[in-house]
Amino acid sequence: MSTVETKVESLTELKRLANRMRIEIVKMIGAAGSGHPGGSLSEVELLTALYFRVMKHDVKNPKWADRDRFILSKGHGCPALYVALAEAGYIDKKLLPTLRKLGSPLQGHPDKRFLPVLEASTGSLGNGLSIGIGMALAAKLDKQDYHTFVMVGDGELQEGQDWEAAMFAGFHKMANLTLIVDNNHIQLDGWTDEIVSLKPLADKFRSFDWEPVEIDGHDLEQVITTLGRARSGSAGKPTAVIANTVKGKGVSFMENNVEWHGVAPKPDQVAAAVKELEEAAKQIR
Amino acid sequence: MATTAKFEVKMGMATREAYGQALVELGRKNPNVVGLDADLMKSTYSSKFAKEFPDRFWTVGIAEANMVGIAGGLAMSGKIPFASSFAVFLCDKGYDQLRMAVAYPRSNAKFVGSHGGISIGEDGPSQQSIEDYALMCALPGFVVLSPADEFSARALVHRMAEHDGPCFMRTGRAKAQICYGPNDTFEIGKAKVHGSGKDVAIIACGFEVGYAFQAQATLAGEGINARVIDMHTLKPLDEAAVSTAAKECGAIVSAEEHVLEGGLGAQVARAVALSHPVPMEFVGVNNTYAESGTPDELMEKYHLTAPYIAEAARKVVKRKK
Repeated sequence: MSTVETKVESLTELKRLANRMRIEIVKMIGAAGSGHPGGSLSEVELLTALYFRVMKHDVKNPKWADRDRFILSKGHGCPALYVALAEAGYIDKKLLPTLRKLGSPLQGHPDKRFLPVLEASTGSLGNGLSIGIGMALAAKLDKQDYHTFVMVGDGELQEGQDWEAAMFAGFHKMANLTLIVDNNHIQLDGWTDEIVSLKPLADKFRSFDWEPVEIDGHDLEQVITTLGRARSGSAGKPTAVIANTVKGKGVSFMENNVEWHGVAPKPDQVAAAVKELEEAAKQIR
Repeated sequence: MATTAKFEVKMGMATREAYGQALVELGRKNPNVVGLDADLMKSTYSSKFAKEFPDRFWTVGIAEANMVGIAGGLAMSGKIPFASSFAVFLCDKGYDQLRMAVAYPRSNAKFVGSHGGISIGEDGPSQQSIEDYALMCALPGFVVLSPADEFSARALVHRMAEHDGPCFMRTGRAKAQICYGPNDTFEIGKAKVHGSGKDVAIIACGFEVGYAFQAQATLAGEGINARVIDMHTLKPLDEAAVSTAAKECGAIVSAEEHVLEGGLGAQVARAVALSHPVPMEFVGVNNTYAESGTPDELMEKYHLTAPYIAEAARKVVKRKK
């Protein structure tokens, strides 16, 4: 659905794009000296699919009234979003190394005062879905067919507000709304299943009258197909895409490692990560 | 209002009811005005809007956080949402959302919290909002309103809709003493000054304005000439009116149905300190929760009625050098 400029048809190209985004993410968090690499790397394919295949948007007209909305409720994952916006052409790639620096539009958590292309300012977990519902209700009132996507982390779903919102959206059969769960299984203090488990997550959404779909969140084909179907609204109710992901995906020493939730890599670690990702790029077919 | 010893108390409708009427007027004028409530629409009077505009009204159930977030999202999409609940639930349960979805991104969303203060009576402290001024004034960019009567409430609801940015209004449950007429005009951030007394200024908001008029009359009988300033907008505060009062009267009493921390008195004291320091006395809820009782009983027991304002005025006048 995306416009000609941003739509990437080739799956191989999309995989290369995702790989490139990971390199940028590691570099920019390294340069910032702080940030959240684990949850940024886990959401890369999800953002790649949204911005380069699934969402209806126009880089030349960022505030197009009928554009699809995307809210990154898990605001700490914003480095990945900034890279996606840069790759799509919404922001200058030269800005990426300014992440978290004074005066940069690339604030530590998404801040639409400084970066108006963002739909919402986030960072306090649990807020995104309610805001997305407001946008989806406005679409109906204005008889517009844009779709609203909200991405949360799995740990974020421990917030009560998410379930207030889920109850409302399910009850109102809001088919123009999709929740994407970046289910990377780790939150700041440890494994989600060891803190307060969300299992059975699909059943929870089903019981709130949502359409849950569980996928491999790193399999671009699956992600594209699933988000595309969710966007069509064919379920007649909101879709919860439970995307099983690996925290720190693509950087072996970060993968599934609780310690990499909110720590920036040191220069030698950046170099090692970039090297590993560049090697991986060679294997992309 | 003139500073005469004769003062006739006339009660009008509750400010929450005036809000309900004004919201319907707004709905008829502007199709972008939408409404939300969290299962209290019969009490907040947003039910009037819900009845006339069912397609642009949502009752979200008992879920204030979600309601505030939805209001933020609607505002980000060009709507002018008015979300209502009891002030205590709206502000306290929706506070993170008021911050993240409204104040911080400067959403053009409006919030009306009814049942403000302890004058709601028998339901008791769990329902009595005595912290809402402080909470809402602490949010950067928010306009915070607390009208005294039906006429000021109705007018200020219209001003809220015209203002581009986040707004909060406290309304009351009980019938409010009439302070104005239908032709009085109100602007956000512009206090209404009543009388030109130069002995003391009583700066009040909400129900306390009515009591302030009664106190003004009592004091006039004792030869103390007070002016009453209806500070219907707590934020942005009319600092000019405060400064003028400080200079011309040399003594100030603040009166609010709210804890003494972070509300009207604290704001006025800051403005006084910055412009023209003079003695002040503070009428408000003193570091406690109230209880069940009739509104009149509670206002008396917690020292919020006219005699307590008059007493504070006598005290502060004595403190003048």
